[in-house]
Amino acid sequence: MATTFEDVAEIIADTSDIPLEDITPEKNAFTDLGIDSLDFLDIAFAIDKHFGIKIPLEKWTEELNENKASVDEYFVLSKLCDRIDELIAAKNA
Amino acid sequence: MLLEYFQMIDAVELLDTDEGKVVARAEVPLQSPVFEGHFPGSPLVPGVLLIETMAQASGFMLLARMKFEKMPFLANVISAKLRTFVEPGEILIIEAALEHDGSGFAKTKASITSNGKKICDSQLMFKIMPFPNDTLKNNMLDRFDQINSAQINSSSAGPKN
Repeated sequence: MATTFEDVAEIIADTSDIPLEDITPEKNAFTDLGIDSLDFLDIAFAIDKHFGIKIPLEKWTEELNENKASVDEYFVLSKLCDRIDELIAAKNA
Repeated sequence: MLLEYFQMIDAVELLDTDEGKVVARAEVPLQSPVFEGHFPGSPLVPGVLLIETMAQASGFMLLARMKFEKMPFLANVISAKLRTFVEPGEILIIEAALEHDGSGFAKTKASITSNGKKICDSQLMFKIMPFPNDTLKNNMLDRFDQINSAQINSSSAGPKN
């Protein structure tokens, strides 16, 4: 069974034309992989659909704008996958 | 339709905010400055304005669904097929349905028919953002009231403000 990271990496590769081998857990989606906010909407849509969750992008964006969180906290891929796992667990609880 | 003012929707005929569906109507004007250039001697509604029409139907549905608290901005024309020409005087029926209600974004599917014939269809992505100012919000509310009061079907629902 694929890990959350493997699934997310495939989604990013499919939606952003980034080679799969370049997508590693320590990369930041924006600053390392060069994904922009519009492309990330496609990724968020695909993640929502794939995992049956709703990534709280609005809340995350508000927290970033208010300096309550750093970009790394949500968009380094290992941390993004942790958040996805939390959302899946909450959905299944 | 007032093409030059980007007023693409004339009336909301059916709106279901819970299901995320809208059916709207638009009458292509017989004359418009747009037709002077597109095209001289052969007036046709530009394809980009048909996409805009589908986006506006989707947008009004999203606005009503969000009770006009935020504004959907067209962010991505994921796909669009323009199947046939639209000439002055045609009556267009625009349908849009919510495909995905994300956080800060939404995806819709929309289509236009005329006389039962499919004109075009599209998949659209909207970024959901705060209104940049009250002027835009009030304009959207006023415009929605205009097209919603022109409805034919009483199942339409207005904003609860």
